[in-house]
Amino acid sequence: MSADFLYGIEVVINGLMAGVMYALVALGFVLIFKASGIFNFAQGVMALFAALTLVGIMEGQIPFAHLINATFGTEIHHFGWHVPALLAIAMTVGVMVLFAWAVQRFLFRHLVGQEPIILFMATIGLAYFLEGVGDLMWGSDIKTLALGLPQGGARWIEDATAGLGGDDFYGFFIDKLDIVATGVAIVLVTGLILFSQYTKHGRAMRAVADDHQAALSVGISLNFIWILVWSLAGFVALVAGIMWGAKSGVQFSLSLIALKALPVLMLGGFTSIPGAIVGGLIIGVGEKLFEYLIGPMVGGATENWFAYVLALLFLVFRPQGLFGEKIIERV
Amino acid sequence: MLYREAGDFKTSYVADSQTFPIAFDRYRYWVVLAVAFLVVPFFITDYTANALLLPFLIYSIAAIGLNILTGYAGQVSLGTGGFMAVGAYACYKLMTAFPDVNILIHVILAGGITAAVGTAFGLPSLRIKGFYLAVATLAAQFFLVWLFNKVSWFYNYSASGQINAPERTVLGVAVTGPNTPAWASYLVCLVFVTACALIARNLTRGALGRQWMAIRDMDIAAEIIGVNPLKAKLTAFAVSSFFVGISGALFFAVYLGAVEVGEAFGINKSFLVLFMIIIGGLGSIFGAFAGAAFLVCLPVVLKLIGVDLLGWPTDLVAHFQLVIVGLLIMFFLVKEPHGLAQLWRLAKEKLRLWPFPH
Amino acid sequence: MKMKTLSTLALTGALTAGMAAADLVIPDLSYRTGPYAAGGTPFSDGYQDYFNLLNARDGGIGGEEVRILECETGYNTEKGVECYEATKGEGALIYQPLSTGITYQLIPKATVDEIPIHTMGYGRTSAANGEVFNWVFNYPANYWDAASVMINYLTEQNGGSLEGKTIALLYHNSAYGKEPIRTLETLSADMGFELTQIAVDHPGQEQKSQWLQIRRERPDYVLMWGWGVMNQVAVQEAANINYPMDQFIGNWWAGAEHDVTPAGAAADGYLSLNMNRIGDLPVFGEIETMVHEAGNAAGDGSNIGSVLYTRGMYAAMLAAEAIAKAQEIHGVSDVTAAMVRDGMEALEITSARMDELGMANIGPEFSVSCENHGGSGLGIVQQWNASSGTWTPLTDYIEPDNAVIDPLISEDSMAFAAENNIEPGCL
Repeated sequence: MSADFLYGIEVVINGLMAGVMYALVALGFVLIFKASGIFNFAQGVMALFAALTLVGIMEGQIPFAHLINATFGTEIHHFGWHVPALLAIAMTVGVMVLFAWAVQRFLFRHLVGQEPIILFMATIGLAYFLEGVGDLMWGSDIKTLALGLPQGGARWIEDATAGLGGDDFYGFFIDKLDIVATGVAIVLVTGLILFSQYTKHGRAMRAVADDHQAALSVGISLNFIWILVWSLAGFVALVAGIMWGAKSGVQFSLSLIALKALPVLMLGGFTSIPGAIVGGLIIGVGEKLFEYLIGPMVGGATENWFAYVLALLFLVFRPQGLFGEKIIERV
Repeated sequence: MLYREAGDFKTSYVADSQTFPIAFDRYRYWVVLAVAFLVVPFFITDYTANALLLPFLIYSIAAIGLNILTGYAGQVSLGTGGFMAVGAYACYKLMTAFPDVNILIHVILAGGITAAVGTAFGLPSLRIKGFYLAVATLAAQFFLVWLFNKVSWFYNYSASGQINAPERTVLGVAVTGPNTPAWASYLVCLVFVTACALIARNLTRGALGRQWMAIRDMDIAAEIIGVNPLKAKLTAFAVSSFFVGISGALFFAVYLGAVEVGEAFGINKSFLVLFMIIIGGLGSIFGAFAGAAFLVCLPVVLKLIGVDLLGWPTDLVAHFQLVIVGLLIMFFLVKEPHGLAQLWRLAKEKLRLWPFPH
Repeated sequence: MKMKTLSTLALTGALTAGMAAADLVIPDLSYRTGPYAAGGTPFSDGYQDYFNLLNARDGGIGGEEVRILECETGYNTEKGVECYEATKGEGALIYQPLSTGITYQLIPKATVDEIPIHTMGYGRTSAANGEVFNWVFNYPANYWDAASVMINYLTEQNGGSLEGKTIALLYHNSAYGKEPIRTLETLSADMGFELTQIAVDHPGQEQKSQWLQIRRERPDYVLMWGWGVMNQVAVQEAANINYPMDQFIGNWWAGAEHDVTPAGAAADGYLSLNMNRIGDLPVFGEIETMVHEAGNAAGDGSNIGSVLYTRGMYAAMLAAEAIAKAQEIHGVSDVTAAMVRDGMEALEITSARMDELGMANIGPEFSVSCENHGGSGLGIVQQWNASSGTWTPLTDYIEPDNAVIDPLISEDSMAFAAENNIEPGCL
């Protein structure tokens, strides 16, 4: 096989992996949108906030240290202990549950029955708020996420495949972190599907997604379900934050990964968990292949816009997204 | 007491359908215009112009434009930044290619070019609706920014890729370039804002505006009663992009004077303008102004209070700015979900009865 | 003629200065928030700490207290404009805009307002031509120097020839990232190496395509013009594909501690340029005792000695020296912005003076003239040592190839002059 062809395959494989990373971000959007019809603009900031909290807890940082120091003239920064990773993750999940409760209690409880655009707007406020609070709590420097996730190309895959295509081919490159991310995504999606199919709360969640009022009338607590959904989204945000933060360190730009999830959502449909995964894979492969084949002819850096053009092409033929609920229009 | 409609009788249809049917509102409107045109230019400083008034006025135009598309015609757009970039680059190319033509004409032409581009990107709206439509406009956003960055013809092959507004004059007074007096740039923007608001107001209450609103409320029903969705949607895209293009041209030529496309017209700009109209109130010209004021002036005011008055460290103030803006948005929503414009309407209702509510 | 303009300038300057507050106002347009906060914070700490040290140790510059006006830009051009307008009325003497976008904004504005701008190793490269850009200074070095210094370093590494080598330029797809392309293209034609340009779109969190391309093509060297999150991801991805770190060179905005620490041990050996030396300078001790222990630290005091802190301090030193020079030229201690410009144009940094200031060898020796606002353009190559967490200088100051850069500067600045009807000349 020629090296060019094999490299094409390599690009596809890596596109799939990148797609999984996008899908991880998109999942959080889908969870909330499906259950409550809220397009959660704050999802990216939630990923940042969760990752910041995780690092902060692990490093034993004192929250709001800078603010306290500036107000009281003290010089405190650290508690002086380190929390083991698993415990820190558990504590971060706790923080995200608390956050979900607060969001529900102080914001969305007052906005029940409002139009989608208004709920969207509330999440804009939430995004501003959370961004400011994240900076105030943990500071705005770049933090290293020391979870010990494997990184770097998987050598054995490279060595095993290097012989396929002659001297110009160096074997398939696959990032170990991407393999981990894929595993995590599979576990996460399976878990979410099992949860929503076979548990009481999961079924209640689906009932709410189908019809709020009907769910309410059979005795499901909307309040509880929404806290649950926001907590789940917070958890997914944490996972996305960890995976992306492992590459770049935990920093402000993590909140921008939401932009990578938007074309995935548009393509896969806002309301479908499998849609987020499949959409992610299509976008990942599509943009990487385009950059590989066409990119050099037009000067490169095409990925950002091509993802949207790709989503647009799909939507022209399926206006509700690949897996979205069919739009039925009645007058 | 102060605000009343008692004794305000209409004797003709024209009088009845005017923009401000209540006499007090009319006077207030004329007073605001008079102050803006006749008083402010004499007191304006470089700081008030460049930090508050110019961005407020220019963002207002963009918000009016987007409000036509999103608020009146119901088409969500996240391409505002890209369309502003079209306006800016069109203006730059025109300014440098035809230096003798009046800059005001260039700005209007730039709006026209943006309208054409916007219409083209509006075509998918015939098939895609709601949040999904945002993808079409996002494609425009990212593609246009990439294009202006990549093709050096747009920035006249300069090494840096930045575009600089050369000096141009109107009636002998510089309105672009560094020698522009604050009052001149302010007046140029004010003229455009006033004209745009008037045009927008009159379009939205005319036949075209009603078609847009019919499409927004339910497009199938609108189609059945004889509204042509192709025409209504595309005109909405065209008119909206025209305004957005003008604001982009002013943003570049009059306000900043030098821009780089990715930094000045990135996706953040699209979101910012969308936030303005949502916070201000969808489907309201006043809302566009209120939203622009909220998101442009509030951070500056907060900064002035925090840094200059209280003497806090600048980074803490910047963080608190975000927290406070976020909290205010959420607070307003919980109190009044339909934006600042609705708050204003409610305030007027209250004022009618004040101080004798019963 | 020149003397006359100078003295009228001084006169009008003195008149306006009489009305302003009687201290030296230095605005600090910092960015401690937003996506680039990690880079902005140490720079601003260093910038302010040095002026605070001068106040504490020498009672300011030439007996005049320095008053710092910090203004947060968040690396946002519009906020930068707001900051400029807010501070210029206070009698600002010199601006360090610290962002490409804000610099381009301020070049025309500050020229009209007659306030000098110092864009140290960033901003508009062709501002090195002082006859066109009278009020803009970009000493000690600019991006085109940087590109040339990198190539000269590599030439030396390869025994004097880069013939047949392949070099990839990985750049942030923005005005900043595109700066070195023309220089590198010219150099590539001259020296016979092959140049590949690889663009990374903002913000640069996803660079898989780019690094797969590098892995396929195996260029001998990768040069990077990166910024923000792009740097951390690029270093990590380079480690992922096992690209040799000592063949990967970042420019001076891609070579601070926070750019490499997220990648951990994998970043060991990464190279970057620097326009100033780092290390344990005596001046840090003075800052420690006279500023930090007195409770006047600009930030939390933790950044002292880091790459960008040192650069910020170096920038402050150059500004302070220019002010001192201005005081010397004009014989008044309460100088104006126009006088500071004269001071900058007559600035001469000698190694004796750097020793005296407790920062021996922090930068190259250079002098500024009306024709050359760009300094000498020298740079060093430094290497990251992940186990000790420090940057170590690998080389002495390397000269750029001025024969290549000067025509490019003159071409670009003349184009600007033509577009804006500027008659090149000295003030």
